[in-house]
Amino acid sequence: MFGDYSIGDLGSIFVMQGFAGLILFSVYVLMALGLAIIFGQMGVINMAHGEFMILGAYVTWMTSNVFQSYLPGLFGGYFFLAMILAFLASGALGMLVEWALIKHLYKRPLDTLLATWGLSLILQQTYRSVFGPREVGVELPQWMLGSLKVTDSIEVPINGIFVMGLTLLITVVVAYVLYKSRWGRQVRAVVQNRIMAGAVGINTEKVDRYTFGLGCGIAGVAGSAFTMIGSTGPTSGQLYIVDTFLVVVFGGAASLIGTIASAFSISQTQSTLEFFMSGSMAKVLTLLAVVGILMLRPQGLFALKVRK
Amino acid sequence: MIITSRFFNRSELIGFVALALVLFVILPLSLDVFRLNLVAKYLTYAFVAIGLVLCWGYGGILSLGQGVFFGLGGYCMAMFLKLEASSVENTKIQSTPGIPDFMDWNQITSLPLFWQPFHSLTFTILAIILVPGLFALIIGTAMFKRRVGGTYFAIITQAIAAILTILIVGQQGYTGGINGMTDLRTLKGWDIRPDHAKIILYFVEVVLLFACIGIAQFIRLTKLGRILVAMREQEDRVRFSGYSVANFKIFAFCMAAVFAAIGGAMFALNVGFMSPSFVGIVPSIEMVIYTAVGGRMSIFGAVWGSLLVNFAKTSLSESFPQLWLFGLGALFIAVVLAFPNGLSGIWQDYVQPRIDRLLAMRKPKSKNGWSDTSVADGAPAE
Repeated sequence: MFGDYSIGDLGSIFVMQGFAGLILFSVYVLMALGLAIIFGQMGVINMAHGEFMILGAYVTWMTSNVFQSYLPGLFGGYFFLAMILAFLASGALGMLVEWALIKHLYKRPLDTLLATWGLSLILQQTYRSVFGPREVGVELPQWMLGSLKVTDSIEVPINGIFVMGLTLLITVVVAYVLYKSRWGRQVRAVVQNRIMAGAVGINTEKVDRYTFGLGCGIAGVAGSAFTMIGSTGPTSGQLYIVDTFLVVVFGGAASLIGTIASAFSISQTQSTLEFFMSGSMAKVLTLLAVVGILMLRPQGLFALKVRK
Repeated sequence: MIITSRFFNRSELIGFVALALVLFVILPLSLDVFRLNLVAKYLTYAFVAIGLVLCWGYGGILSLGQGVFFGLGGYCMAMFLKLEASSVENTKIQSTPGIPDFMDWNQITSLPLFWQPFHSLTFTILAIILVPGLFALIIGTAMFKRRVGGTYFAIITQAIAAILTILIVGQQGYTGGINGMTDLRTLKGWDIRPDHAKIILYFVEVVLLFACIGIAQFIRLTKLGRILVAMREQEDRVRFSGYSVANFKIFAFCMAAVFAAIGGAMFALNVGFMSPSFVGIVPSIEMVIYTAVGGRMSIFGAVWGSLLVNFAKTSLSESFPQLWLFGLGALFIAVVLAFPNGLSGIWQDYVQPRIDRLLAMRKPKSKNGWSDTSVADGAPAE
């Protein structure tokens, strides 16, 4: 297996593979952050999370089209506006869904699963009717194309670096919002004891709605970032949903650090295994390992020490 | 006329007779063979749905991996049928005759070891029951002994469904890959494809279905069923009363797995092929919706739910493919928000009282012997 490569080649292959793993890691973190808020903090199983991501991707695609036709001079910067729009669109839809659907189901977590699965079917068909069944790809601005040459044999793609930077930024913002801001304290208070939080004057309904909206909005940004890496179709969202849930559960549902740690270990395992075997077997082994560890340690990697 | 018995209360007896009448008499007499075969296909999901009534409705354990067990049962049956269809004279044109065609296409020259025992029908029938049963036992023991339940269980079973699908699709040479196992022809030399065979298989399936209904009903009405309900409502109290909660959950989950596997095996026989598209996440969740639409607390409701949703799916997706997904999505939401006990709940809350009132006007009220009011009972709903 290693016979054909020199030591130097192997070194660069591992660096490149490690970097591919890092990009996958960023993607997992982006996907899982929103879900960690919705599932980990609120206990809602949102099976339509993938569809919120796809909405972000479609918004990005539309923005790029608008810039291409009407503002070709500013095309280089459309991505930043697109991400904000994706956040707003997915977040607004999320708040609407919370108001219409989720708020009736807080005491029945398993039923949120069925209801949001229904929602995901409706959203998929809506995308298919509005945008057509074919996958759409976004044209990247010039500065995101190409790659950075680190050494003679090691190159890293610029859009990968951009996704990683974006992930870092969003993670820091989310951590700040949840753990330092006044609103974040309210969110955590509602999660820990809804009745008591209401009794001390927190408007729990409003907190729920904005929390759900925030989670969905982050999903939208994740979808927007995905357009840099691959194309988007009406059913792409379903492909991510199991991975995303596993990342969150594996990390320990209510822990932000856990989510990041589990995204890192899962993505690195998968990208390393992919080098040795077919992609599908690498995926099977990774998922098996995750399920196996979860059976030994059901609370996940990082469990919050709370009494239930 | 008030009939009470230990096994069925009155409304359940009506439900039982109605279902038997429809499946044994009305449908076979009124449908052509093609439509009857479709009904047989829908009924294979009813096996899964009955299992889900036990483990989800009664035990409170939502499994999103029933497609796994359906698939395991189906693949066991399909492997036997495929071996019979790949006899040496049938596969003369292959570079290695005597092995299934997809192995030949994937440059596999001899039958893999785990395929060998499937030459025997006895082994196959045992495998249909034991393989999914043991698999469920392992998953159930690992999860319930450590008190993992609810949401986490649902997500992990879902991941297992994903793993099995990727595995089947990836290992094309051993499993037939994405196309699955096609071109299944005979069962012990008896051709399963012509019309009269389809009719016989239909009746075999309905008899098996009623056997499963009987077993499920038995479980429901014995102490075991009551413990399951008690566990769903107040798990800790049952545990403190000295019952091993985990063992009861494992039992319910294994029963559901075996039912699903029987359904899968009948699917392979009736439809004539098996593929990974009946194993993964999407079919598994659809199986849950059949149960939910019929009524998660009602065994008969589960059968009606499987029939009606599949019938709607076929007829709607033939003529309005777009409408179908909207409709299915709305169905999911409506079942959760508006009628959590499904069709049997509607029947029980709205139809049954009216009938009772009509009957009560004719006859003076007399005491029922044994009736179960705490647990929703099954009745058909049209």
